[in-house]
Amino acid sequence: MGKLALKDEILLRVEKPARYIGNEVNAVVKDKENVSVRVAMCFPDVYEIGMSHLGIQILYDMFNQFEDVWCERVYSPWVDLDKIMREENIPLFALESQEPVKDMDFLAITLQYEMCYTNILQILDLSHIPLHAKDRSWEHPIVIGGGPCAYNPEPIAEFFDIFYIGEGETRYRELLDLYKECKKNGASRTEFLEKAAKLPGMYVPMFYQVKYKEDGTVLSMEPMQEGIPRTILKEVEMDVSNTFYPEKPVVPFIKVTQDRVVLEIQRGCIRGCRFCQAGQIYRPVRERSLDMLKEYAVKMLESTGQEEISLSSLSSSDYSKLPELIDFLIQECSGKKINISLPSLRIDAFSLDVMSKVQDVKKSSLTFAPEAGSQRLRNVINKGLTKEDILKGAALAFEGGWTRVKLYFMLGLPTENEEDIRGIGELSNQIAAVFYETVPKEKRVNGKVQIVASTSFFIPKPFTPFQWAAMCTKEEFLEKAYITRASIKEQLNQKSIKYNWHEADISVLEGVFARGDRKIAKVIEQAYRRGCIFDAWSEYFKNDIWMEAFEECGIDIAFYTTRKRGMDEIFPWDFIDCGVSKDFLKREWEKALTETVSPNCRSACQGCGANRFGGGICFEKTV
Amino acid sequence: MKVRIKFAKSGAMRFIGHLDVMRFFQKAIRRAGIDVAYSEGFSPHQIMSFAAPLGVGLSSNGEYLDLEVKSHNGSEDMKRRLEEAMVEGIEVLHITMLEDGTKNAMASVAAAEYSVKFREGYAPDFDWPGRLAEFYQMPSILVKKKTKKSETELDLKSSIYRLWASGEGKNAIAHMVVNASSSGNIKPGLVMEAFLKNNGEELQEFALEITREETFTEAGAEDGHHFIPLDAVGKEF
Repeated sequence: MGKLALKDEILLRVEKPARYIGNEVNAVVKDKENVSVRVAMCFPDVYEIGMSHLGIQILYDMFNQFEDVWCERVYSPWVDLDKIMREENIPLFALESQEPVKDMDFLAITLQYEMCYTNILQILDLSHIPLHAKDRSWEHPIVIGGGPCAYNPEPIAEFFDIFYIGEGETRYRELLDLYKECKKNGASRTEFLEKAAKLPGMYVPMFYQVKYKEDGTVLSMEPMQEGIPRTILKEVEMDVSNTFYPEKPVVPFIKVTQDRVVLEIQRGCIRGCRFCQAGQIYRPVRERSLDMLKEYAVKMLESTGQEEISLSSLSSSDYSKLPELIDFLIQECSGKKINISLPSLRIDAFSLDVMSKVQDVKKSSLTFAPEAGSQRLRNVINKGLTKEDILKGAALAFEGGWTRVKLYFMLGLPTENEEDIRGIGELSNQIAAVFYETVPKEKRVNGKVQIVASTSFFIPKPFTPFQWAAMCTKEEFLEKAYITRASIKEQLNQKSIKYNWHEADISVLEGVFARGDRKIAKVIEQAYRRGCIFDAWSEYFKNDIWMEAFEECGIDIAFYTTRKRGMDEIFPWDFIDCGVSKDFLKREWEKALTETVSPNCRSACQGCGANRFGGGICFEKTV
Repeated sequence: MKVRIKFAKSGAMRFIGHLDVMRFFQKAIRRAGIDVAYSEGFSPHQIMSFAAPLGVGLSSNGEYLDLEVKSHNGSEDMKRRLEEAMVEGIEVLHITMLEDGTKNAMASVAAAEYSVKFREGYAPDFDWPGRLAEFYQMPSILVKKKTKKSETELDLKSSIYRLWASGEGKNAIAHMVVNASSSGNIKPGLVMEAFLKNNGEELQEFALEITREETFTEAGAEDGHHFIPLDAVGKEF
């Protein structure tokens, strides 16, 4: 083991020093003399969050399978170490080698949520890398971003050299080869970026010029050089059963958020909920083969020694071989005392039967995500779940011994009225009533049913049918939360219902970033310079500083949030082609306004356009 | 069957706290494919007991854990399997079999030996190795021990079973055998703090580099202590 980047006196002073020492089981250490490209893979949040992310594990494994590449991990130093590193001018380092990020060839940053944007600047700053792409030279790593927020990269465009649009399995090899060749031939950094910009899926913001109309909306976005594409088609791994997937995930020493082996069973979703970005940008639906999943489940459990395995996908119940897979896992795991966790299952007789086999019914809770309180509004958002489904599922579950129910809703959805909001309390009450009707007094284990209703505030996202929708103001959000709370208090079973709601300030900011343009970058930089980091952590979120930053930069929040977009408006993210056409999204938006439901992919193709990648339910049907 | 595993902890692993070391071993035992016994119930756990928790930042050459196993292929096989499941900084040193009825590791702990060095730049100005013996000769060694509510005075003397120095200058090391039982555990830093104070100096934060050299159990002498390493009660298998 080499020397640690931080001396003992620092490691003993900070909370959870294990965040910074590397050396975990399955961490990859290579001889730096024997590799030609070094990649620092960064999740710009604290270690426990970053280590729980599957995408990074997949890419970490892929890069390290390349013999000429050494990929290491980097996370945001927590606020205590952040302060020390600034005071003592200690450069940010990668965990495996404990060497400075600045000396790497690539700094790859995953963009999983908007509220990490100031942490990106923290990472660059602590690494001693200029914040702006234009100020960097060959002395600095190529800073590349990817992940869901790269589908609207514009608010952070000036901080990145490249954005990789789409799934990482497909083009990194080409990009690294290009890099090696350019380095060998003595090409300039700009020459490399020019060539990179011509690779499929790569967006190099510095080669594009955005012009705005007088009203502040986008007039045009043009490449500034010949040969650089006007639109960028996302990358998709179409053969998800024969591609990179970790056999030996890194095993953290400290408890992290997802402390288990994760098996991604499919990508994409057949459902088409109109608020959901993941449901659109990860199309078409692709299932991994049962054989592959069985093989990786066994290998990952053996190589990690983890006590739990979890299935991951946007909607696990839609995986066609789910019963076979679960049977296999139960057989494989029961003798070895390994827990199976099954999130995102639709509650029905099958899933309840499975859940009763793999978890302690008394301790676990059921989760429903109706998202809206009334059937009318659920039709608007195209959430196929009906009240009957929920009440029937709940009754079955109560008979099976469950006594805890979690309900997730959104407030501020398009067309929402007071009746829809009151529906949240009414539905919660009806579920409680079902419990008291189904379970006789003497059989009530914990005495009563516990229902937890949570609401988040709806934020319109790019590449969804709701990208045209107006978002609520903070005041409107809070008003809606108060109505929800009051209506729950009016219910007969109100003592069985607990209500939680999200903070409104953070939602407003997330709304700005989600549909923001290049003008937002200066606000992010200003807020960061004034001390904003870890904005996703409510205890570190400093709304006052953000509001000042907007004011000082002359940026009007309402332009990005509450403004209703015209149907022909050019959006800052329109230069990205995510496979799903804008026409399809428009159709869906119009159907939403007439409360019309669209069937899921399995029932009837809606012509979203994603089958051009050569896959998806509708494609398979016609082949 | 219960086995007692002796291991060492050093380097980066010094910064992994006690609970996380336990978690590390639980996973390592699975990776090693050891036929470990689990408790009953809906959330079964490996039947495992650690001797004395080691503070974050300390090295050790004498850590112990007991493990209930259902079957085995001898200690060599078990040691090799575990070694393959370790990371740099945790080394499996020795595995012995315990007789039925042996007290578990945690309850067995009576004393521990530590070696203590001053980190570079933190050593006191006076000839400290020369003064250590003199300090230990004092009839009582009083220190103030802070609890949540109050500060009490404590005499360390009877809890320090041996105290001596070796080496000179930069390489000087203080050695001590002190009470490490659950009721009377003494931290080596507390002894050094008292020693420096006695010589008119203050112990600075982070000044000490501490290694636990061995963990002992009491071999049962009525008229005085007879300490033996925790795995001396086990048998080779």
